[in-house]
Amino acid sequence: MSNSLTCDVVVVGAGMVGAATALYAARAGLSAVLVDRGPVAGGTTGSGEGNLLVSDKEPGPELELALLSGRLWADLAAEPGVGGSVEYEAKGGLVVASTPEGLAALEGLAAAQRSAGVRAASVGPDQLHDLEPYLAHGLAGGVLYPQDAQVMPTLAAARLVRLARTAGASLHTGRTVTDVLRTASGAVRGVRTPHGDIHAPAVVNAAGTWGGELAALAGVSLPVLPRRGFVLVTEPLPRRVRHKVYAADYVADVASDSAALQTSPVVEGTAAGPVLIGASRERVGFDRSFSLPVTRELAAGATRLFPFLAEVRAMRAYLGFRPYMPDHLPAVGPDARVPGLFHACGHEGAGIGLATGTGHVIAQVLAGKTPDLDLAPFRPDRFPRADAGADPDSAPAPVEGP
Amino acid sequence: MPRTPLRLVRARPEPSFTVTFDDRELAVLPGQTIAAALWSAGVVSWRTTRGSGEPRGVFCGIGVCFDCLLTVNGRPNQRACLVRAEPGDVIRTQEGTGHHE
Amino acid sequence: MSERPRLAVIGAGPAGLVAALAAAARGVSVTLVDAAPEAGGQFYRQPAAGLGARRPSALHHQWRTWERLRDGLAAHVRAGRITHLTEHHVWCVEREAASFAVHALLGPEQEESVAVRADAVLLATGGYEKVLPFPGWTLPGVVTAGGAQAMLKSGLVLPGRTAVVAGTGPLLMPVAVGLAAAGAKVAALVESADPRAFARHARVLAAHPDKLAEGARYAAELARYGVRVHVRHTVVAAHGSDRLEAVTVAALDTDGRVREGSEWRVPCDSLAVGHGMLPHTDLAETLGCRLDGVNVAVDDEQRTDVPGVWAAGEATGIGGAALSLAEGRIAGLSIAARLDSRVPERSSYAVAAKARGGLREFFAVVDKVCTPPDRWVERVGDDTLVCRCEEVPAAAIREAVDELGAGDVRTVKLLTRAGMGWCQGRMCAPAVAGLAGCPPTASRRPFARPVPLGVLAREPDGPASRPDLL
Repeated sequence: MSNSLTCDVVVVGAGMVGAATALYAARAGLSAVLVDRGPVAGGTTGSGEGNLLVSDKEPGPELELALLSGRLWADLAAEPGVGGSVEYEAKGGLVVASTPEGLAALEGLAAAQRSAGVRAASVGPDQLHDLEPYLAHGLAGGVLYPQDAQVMPTLAAARLVRLARTAGASLHTGRTVTDVLRTASGAVRGVRTPHGDIHAPAVVNAAGTWGGELAALAGVSLPVLPRRGFVLVTEPLPRRVRHKVYAADYVADVASDSAALQTSPVVEGTAAGPVLIGASRERVGFDRSFSLPVTRELAAGATRLFPFLAEVRAMRAYLGFRPYMPDHLPAVGPDARVPGLFHACGHEGAGIGLATGTGHVIAQVLAGKTPDLDLAPFRPDRFPRADAGADPDSAPAPVEGP
Repeated sequence: MPRTPLRLVRARPEPSFTVTFDDRELAVLPGQTIAAALWSAGVVSWRTTRGSGEPRGVFCGIGVCFDCLLTVNGRPNQRACLVRAEPGDVIRTQEGTGHHE
Repeated sequence: MSERPRLAVIGAGPAGLVAALAAAARGVSVTLVDAAPEAGGQFYRQPAAGLGARRPSALHHQWRTWERLRDGLAAHVRAGRITHLTEHHVWCVEREAASFAVHALLGPEQEESVAVRADAVLLATGGYEKVLPFPGWTLPGVVTAGGAQAMLKSGLVLPGRTAVVAGTGPLLMPVAVGLAAAGAKVAALVESADPRAFARHARVLAAHPDKLAEGARYAAELARYGVRVHVRHTVVAAHGSDRLEAVTVAALDTDGRVREGSEWRVPCDSLAVGHGMLPHTDLAETLGCRLDGVNVAVDDEQRTDVPGVWAAGEATGIGGAALSLAEGRIAGLSIAARLDSRVPERSSYAVAAKARGGLREFFAVVDKVCTPPDRWVERVGDDTLVCRCEEVPAAAIREAVDELGAGDVRTVKLLTRAGMGWCQGRMCAPAVAGLAGCPPTASRRPFARPVPLGVLAREPDGPASRPDLL
């Protein structure tokens, strides 16, 4: 076979997580090859809003990963030329509640988050408009999270890949991994592509929503499921929405296990001018068809939060598939079932934000160091075998035994 | 007699009316779009872009390109090539997004 | 609820009109939904009534065909068989359980939306002009060839006193003739293709003596108005500060290179430029219809692969008014039969099918000959804007491809914003594809037109047949 390559690590998937993993691996002195069947950011990364959030996470391992990631994002953004080129904005998130009960629940979450190291400032109803002058009236109050930030995800992935290449990594787009090569003893020894094999003692699965398929090529199951989301994009506007603003019920939707459609308004301005409006969640497989009802709900939610948006025109809508895991935690770290196989996928809607921390700890493990985070909660083999890989939506109904 | 579009089709337009364009009065033939009225008055640009402030006017002429945006009776981002002028219209050139900063 | 099956025809150009007439004559209740104030589409675009044109035919060809369509429409409207909705801008067609909802924004304000429900939909959405970038193409005074024609036909206005008509394709000659007849001095007609290339397709040409005669007629008219025609030439730049003042024209070598020293400057205050046409496919794409390249794919009966959705005219491939008429007629007959649970007799549309076959063959040749000049990409300077809306220069697109790992139009868009502005890439997509070295593909545009969020948020009137509403 021609074009055979040898390196220290193959990262499969040139989305945000793969880009960050390749970058940190290369900077750790490893020779890294980043491979993707499509272009850079061709999957979920190119369909996201670029949220770097701590506000929507309850205390626990995901929040720790988010806090680590947020610090790493800030470090990257401070490197010469990086922050501007990825449109990094440390603009903060504002979570608002419409009822006193909702506000009480939000305050409860904020208190718990504070004890985990999150900065969260309570905002009274009369102060909301100092932060967001165009916000609807009559809201009960909110919480401001200054650590929430945003990047333009496709630019971020592409720029991090560029930095990784500067650090010695190589990029191969338009190259599909058709197999994960293993030794007689079962350890990883590289990947197969139609353009030739790439030999490496380590393979990182950064295939996002398609991570289950890549895991299967290595002979293991990983229950990554697509959770579809739509985003509405408005005409360009002057800066009228300053923070990422969302309703408190968003947190509950993120944490929900339901396959049914859920929408909660998430509104944010962008450096380029348009306002982005989310967020919907539904498990409908990889159905790419447009849904007018879902976008109607998004528009209704956004205009409730920001009444001025009613006269602003939506120019387009797009959809993407979040890589959903049954327990809402990504798979990060070595797979005990296959030596040399690492996973860095299943971040659901938080992959842009969690990419830096994920790439950083993967690179630490690859380089033989102790990772900055305890990876036990992210163990890829934590799911019971029976469920693994099966889509509860499409699986045949279980037959009741005697 | 010089050729003109009106002579070509032997037009007998209804009486013209006036609109204002940045506070200047323009005579408009009934049925003309705002873009047609502006072309008749020798105006070919009425918007500046939000990046480098370049002047723009009609490009595609059929509502597809959105280059001919202007503000009509307080409504920003109207396509001059689609919107018919009405008597008394207050038409304004527009800068950038067309919305107040 | 009406007992007659309901058809929504989107677009009142030649294809939509003839289909509406054919279906209405066969018992179908037709709603003709169109963005313009009057029927006709771009080809038969009419002067506004208030302009009192007593001889509008001076701006048109095949006027008698138009009269038949116009009178037929009026008769069906009077008889209640066709409802003609003017100034209805369709932004989305939605599949419902057993029918379709055609969502349209009203009037020039486009701040209210109505839903038209139908059992079948014909997409006769037409096309728009393709223009490839060159230095100076964003200057006021540079307009599309079709745009200059549209402004003339509907508003009886000219873009300036002295015009150059340039680019490639069969639209350039009628545009130059029209501008000259209306009083513009047409300083030059600059066509990049070499008409001698048609000689390689003599068999196809011989089958279309009418087309050859049409070309000869235009050539004679251009001569009469003293318009100089330069074939195998191109406009390499437009000049001016705040508006167009001149263009530079140059001769092309057989390999598409500008012949050194051949450039000269033509003073002008308007440039009408076009490099062919592209179909409107947004509604089809959102409905899930299969596309064939940039065209809506249809079968022999003009059916798309989505049950209940037909397409005809430029949407299925650029081919002019005569082809649109043939396709529209076939679609109308097929729809009438299918909505009556019948298979249309092929003999009922054999004549139209034969015309369709011949015209498709002819326009395939036109497409081959009138292709944008080779190496146009090389003449797009790094600082030339490619995306007019978001002001993205060619350099940014080249960087996305060469440095950032983009190999397709979508990734270039995400990395550079080219195609993210008001026009949603309709203007720049062919140029972006050319610069990126990948084939042009149809973009996904769920909203065929910008729609106010307040309109989107409101549930439209529910389906008339919903029992819970009765």
